[in-house]
Formats: sequence, C-alpha cells, structure tokens
Amino acid sequence: MTSGALMACHDCDLLQKIPVVPEGSAANCRRCGALLVRNKPKSFQRPLALLLAGAILFVMFNAFPFLTFKKEGLEHRTHVATGIRELYEQGMWGLAVLVAVNLIIVPAMHLLAYLYVLVPVSLNRRAPGMFRVFRYLRLMQPWHMVEIFMLGVLVSMIKLAKMAQIIPGVAVFALTAFIFVMAAASAAVDPHEVWERWEGPR
Amino acid sequence: MKKKALTARKAGLVACTVCHLLSPDGAGRCPRCGAALHSRKPDSIARSWALVMAAAILYIPANVLPMTTVTSLGMVQSDTIMSGVVYFVQSGSWPIALVIFVASVFVPLLKLFILSYLLISVQRKSHFRPKDRTRLYLITEAVGRWSMLDIFVVTILVALVNLGALATIQAGPAALYFAAVVVLTMLAAMSFDPRLIWDVKEKMHE
Repeated sequence: MTSGALMACHDCDLLQKIPVVPEGSAANCRRCGALLVRNKPKSFQRPLALLLAGAILFVMFNAFPFLTFKKEGLEHRTHVATGIRELYEQGMWGLAVLVAVNLIIVPAMHLLAYLYVLVPVSLNRRAPGMFRVFRYLRLMQPWHMVEIFMLGVLVSMIKLAKMAQIIPGVAVFALTAFIFVMAAASAAVDPHEVWERWEGPR
Repeated sequence: MKKKALTARKAGLVACTVCHLLSPDGAGRCPRCGAALHSRKPDSIARSWALVMAAAILYIPANVLPMTTVTSLGMVQSDTIMSGVVYFVQSGSWPIALVIFVASVFVPLLKLFILSYLLISVQRKSHFRPKDRTRLYLITEAVGRWSMLDIFVVTILVALVNLGALATIQAGPAALYFAAVVVLTMLAAMSFDPRLIWDVKEKMHE
C-alpha cells in the first residue's frame, strides 16, 4: 500500500493516512488498534514455489492411504475421503457435504484461485477477472479447515489407542506438510501488492 | 478521543470490506473486486441476533443427543459431547479432555455470550471500552472455526472403526446439530459489524 494514501479501518471505519511502513513491519489503526497494512517482501517467487508444493501435497493427501486400523490381524485401511463417504452412507449427507467442503473443495479452490491470480501477476500480466477471484479467495479463508482436521486426527488416534493400533499413512504426513506450506504461502503474499495492480475503473 | 475522528462514512466514502478500496457513498459494488458496498453491514444487528438465537437453540440438542454410537459385538453405547470429555478425564488423558472441552463446549458457549453482549452493548449505544470490545469481536471471529474439531473427530472415527459385526461407530444426531451451531455462530460473527461499536463516538460530536 502506498504510504500517504487514505484508508478506512476495516473494524472501526476511521479514515487515516497510511504511514511509511518499512519492509517487514505493519501499521495498525490509530483508534482501535486493528491491523491496517503489513509490508511484506515484494516478490511472488516464494509464494508461488510454496503453492506448487502445496498442489503436489494436496494430490498426495487425497490419493495415498491415510490411517490404518489394526487389531489382531485385522486391518482396515482408510483414505481422507473415507469418512465423508461413510457419513453419506449413514444418511448424514449434510454433514458429509460440510466436511467435504471444508476439507477438500475449499482447499482445492483456494489453491487454484491463488495460482490463477499469482502466476500471471508474477509475469506482469493479468488473468481475466483476477480481482474478483482474489475476493473469492479472501471469502473462502474461514472455511478452509485442514489444520482443524489435523487436530482431529491426533484426538482420534489418542481416542482409539487403547482399542487398537492406528498406523498413520503417507497422507497424514502429506496433510501436515500441506498445512505448513499453505500457511507459509499465505503469509508470504502481500494482498495489497495484488490489489494495487488495479488501474482504476475502465 | 480528544481529536475529532473522521470516519469514511462521515467523509461520504465507503470502504470495501474485502479489498479496502475507498469509493464514493452509493457506489453499489466495489469497482475493483466486485464486492457489494455498504457503509455498515446491512441489518447487521437483526441478522446476528437471529443467527445467535438459532445457534443457542440448536446448542441444546447438540449437547443432549448422542454424538456417536458404538456397536461392538452386539453391545451398543452412545456418547454425547460431555461423556466423551469425561471418558478422557477418567482414562487420564486430561490434556485431550481439555482440548475437546474447550473446542466443543466452552468456545461455542463463550461465542454465544460474547456476541450477545456485543449486540446488546451496541443496541444500548454503550461507550464502554470500544477498543477492547473490538478486540473481543476479532478474537471471537478468529477462534469460532476451531469448534469444528469434534465434527472432524466423528468423521475420522466413523471411517476407522468400521469392522462389520466386530465394531462400528455411527455418527449420532448431535453431530448434525453441533455442526449447525458452529456454522451458524460463524455466520453470526460475520454478520456483526464492529464499526457499530464506534458509531456512538461519531454521534457524540454532532
């Protein structure tokens, strides 16, 4: 964000001039203290590399075996989508849809939206409708719940530890890596760097 | 505040809630990202109240009805959210018990109370510590999604413990009610407009 430009605080609507923010620092609202802008390194190389890694990990955690239930020679192997299918088969289709949205659909769309906007931007081009897509990306964020699911994996493993042996598969490690990679990618992108490509109404 | 605060609304401007672009009041949609522009979120108080109340009602069946039903060698055992917590306390893994209790019982309830408090304080045009109330709102908005934890645990248990006659776990009706509570409180927090907390300051100077 250009220093000296006017900005209204998202949380209290106070109009204020953006001060000069050195790289790596942030500016907060004068009145309510909410974050206004953060100045991140101006490069899309790092987030793009992380997003590509994220795409590979996304495919991995969906394709590879997830958790295996092992007890007295009995083995029951699952995938990430097994629980969703099982909920659906038990007649809980609303729940199945919600989990699928939070765990697979939103993360996939989030990843694609990021790539759709950032790949052309890093080449100094613009994808059609990129600002609209970037808005959808912001709106999707609260519904992106892989990290909460990961905590669920830990709780389930502890819950079943006395009953059987639970063996984590490749998907568990891929999912863990996916969470860190995507968090790093999001942290590396300065949204204002994207918004400022806008040249005014046409 | 000693100095007179100028807000976007007073200056005849609307800030886009997504991309922060300032537009003249009455622009309809943000020319940059296409989001609907409102100086304050429309019907914020009414919408938040409706969602908070719906969530509060559903919170009851979510806690009373079974979350999971375990069938093991003909024996059927139902567990509610609280009995799951009690199980972990008794088996000695109280850190896990604490995590589940916080995510599934404490946070949703706290969220309902905080949102109700914020709504009442705005309706009564309270001047009480607006900065802290804004912070309270931001925290509430950020932590709400972690309540989905129990839903994911049920999803994983249902997938893993599926051994035919030996043992199966089925999702109970409470799972649906609980998921609805989480989604509704998330929507309630999104419909609340923290700028309303600050609007009384503006009125005072008029």
